[in-house]
Amino acid sequence: MKRYSVFAVAREALRYHSGWERAWASPEPKKKYDVIIIGAGGHGLATAYYLGKNFGITNVAIIEKGWLGGGNTGRNTTIIRSNYLQDPSAAIYEKARSLYETMSQDLNYNVMYSPRGVMMLAQTQHEIRGYQRTAHANALQGVKTEFIGPERVKELVPIINISGPRYPVLGALWQDRAGTARHDAVAWGYARACSDMGMDVIQKCEVTAIRREGGKVVGVTTTRGDIDCNKLGVVVAGHTGVVADMAGFRLPIESVALQALVSEPIKPCMDVVVMANTVHGYMSQSDKGEMVIGGGADGYNNYTQRGSFHHIEETVRALVETFPMISRLKMLRQWGGIVDMTGDRSPIISKTPVENVFINCGWGTGGFKAIPGSGWAMAELIAKGEPGPLAEEFSMWRFREGKFIDESVAAGVAH
Amino acid sequence: MLTLKCPYCGVHADETELHPGSEAHLKRYGPGSSDDEFEGYLFMRENPKGVHFERWRHVYGCGKWFLAARDTNTLEVFGTYSAQTTEPPQEIKEAITAKRPGWSWREFQ
Ligand SMILES: Cc1cc2nc3c(=O)[nH]c(=O)nc-3n(C[C@H](O)[C@H](O)[C@H](O)COP(=O)(O)OP(=O)(O)OC[C@H]3O[C@@H](n4cnc5c(N)ncnc54)[C@H](O)[C@@H]3O)c2cc1C
Ligand SMILES: [Zn+2]
Repeated sequence: MKRYSVFAVAREALRYHSGWERAWASPEPKKKYDVIIIGAGGHGLATAYYLGKNFGITNVAIIEKGWLGGGNTGRNTTIIRSNYLQDPSAAIYEKARSLYETMSQDLNYNVMYSPRGVMMLAQTQHEIRGYQRTAHANALQGVKTEFIGPERVKELVPIINISGPRYPVLGALWQDRAGTARHDAVAWGYARACSDMGMDVIQKCEVTAIRREGGKVVGVTTTRGDIDCNKLGVVVAGHTGVVADMAGFRLPIESVALQALVSEPIKPCMDVVVMANTVHGYMSQSDKGEMVIGGGADGYNNYTQRGSFHHIEETVRALVETFPMISRLKMLRQWGGIVDMTGDRSPIISKTPVENVFINCGWGTGGFKAIPGSGWAMAELIAKGEPGPLAEEFSMWRFREGKFIDESVAAGVAH
Repeated sequence: MLTLKCPYCGVHADETELHPGSEAHLKRYGPGSSDDEFEGYLFMRENPKGVHFERWRHVYGCGKWFLAARDTNTLEVFGTYSAQTTEPPQEIKEAITAKRPGWSWREFQ
């Protein structure tokens, strides 16, 4: 692989960009791999990358039914933060956030990580108490975060209306090292690095069955034929229920739509990310100037990557109160993704009832920020066959044992 | 927008009048049941890409809970029916079979 650098850019500029090579290969599937990962979203690709990087396992295929990052990884609003309440969450999200800081250098691919700061508004007394509690928990966990008052909020975000009639801004939980990154670049950067290690990234190949012998996985059946493997990682987000069904087990997961929208581009007006969880709206400004807006998840089971209009209306209504200047902004595009929701709004990184099948799912509305940490933990689980410290609390059996990792807080969402 | 007919008051209610209540026909377990049974009932879900039975509440109407049969992959509604039942009525089953031959749902088909 030729490295990207300022010299490469200069060299290519001089020869009309004729020398760039393909970022990753598109090989035909082999007969057998040590490890197959189903799903080339961020989590699947990161799993493969750390299998190679941390454990030297490179006879790996990542199989994707659509295109790279075409699932939720390419549909999300890219908020990255790590100030969660519970210890296991803070550990894995902070691991991920810190890996994001050096990801561009690590992958030699610009993922445009922008640690611009993420602010979660407290708009009810309940939220003030909740976020103060989180700030204290974060202090104990070593995650740098602070609770700030309304004046500081206004200073950081001049366009905010802190004295709205319904939901005045009473304070905020502020993490200044949090931010955003370019979602596609995360998928592409990992794919390029995996391909460079000799792994096969196979797109347009849908897994239709999981073949087992004596309670153990032996391979998968795909739209491009049978492929054998010793170990299988299932990392398919919204389609987790469908793929788990192929392996013969159920999960505590339901799939629903989550939508986002972007406005026409405007001059720079807000250089941090603002989330308002009580009213279900969050917003940031992209480098192109578009306001990127997301809201709460739709309520019913859905696999169509389309949501209901009234959820968008609710989100925008709430944000217009908090940011009056957006009231006449035109919206350019709107889309949906299918998110995998668990009962406690925390993910699952776990062994399964089928030997050598491992699952990584349940990231729901908030897993973009977790991609490198999740891949790190999942790679360890697959390589060793047992979860390491980052993954052990996220077992699929925690529900049965009553060991929830409750991140649903007041709003019932965890972006 | 999703529209469901409330089987109690007969109103064709659009989604903004309704509240979704997740999977229907859960088999309830009580004291003396095994951990497996409790786990299945409380947490595990079918979550199919296809025919789904689910609960809805007509919150901004008569306020009652009812059940619906719907396809999660096409958003097509096969019909709605009373919540006072452990299985969909025959006409709902037939409506599904007409469009999705061979469908099944845990203990019935
Ligand atoms: C609108 C929206 C906004 C969001 N905003 C944020 C945010 O601001 N911050 C944040 O942290 N998170 C956010 N999220 C959540 C985040 O996008 C997801 O948690 C994360 O991207 C999940 O990544 P993944 O790799 O697990 O899944 P995906 O990217 O969905 O990848 C799974 C892949 O598996 C493939 N697949 C499925 N079935 C099969 C099969 N049978 N065979 C082969 N391949 C298969 C799919 O095609 C897909 O590409 C948001 C999500 C949405 C939808
Ligand atoms: Zn009614």
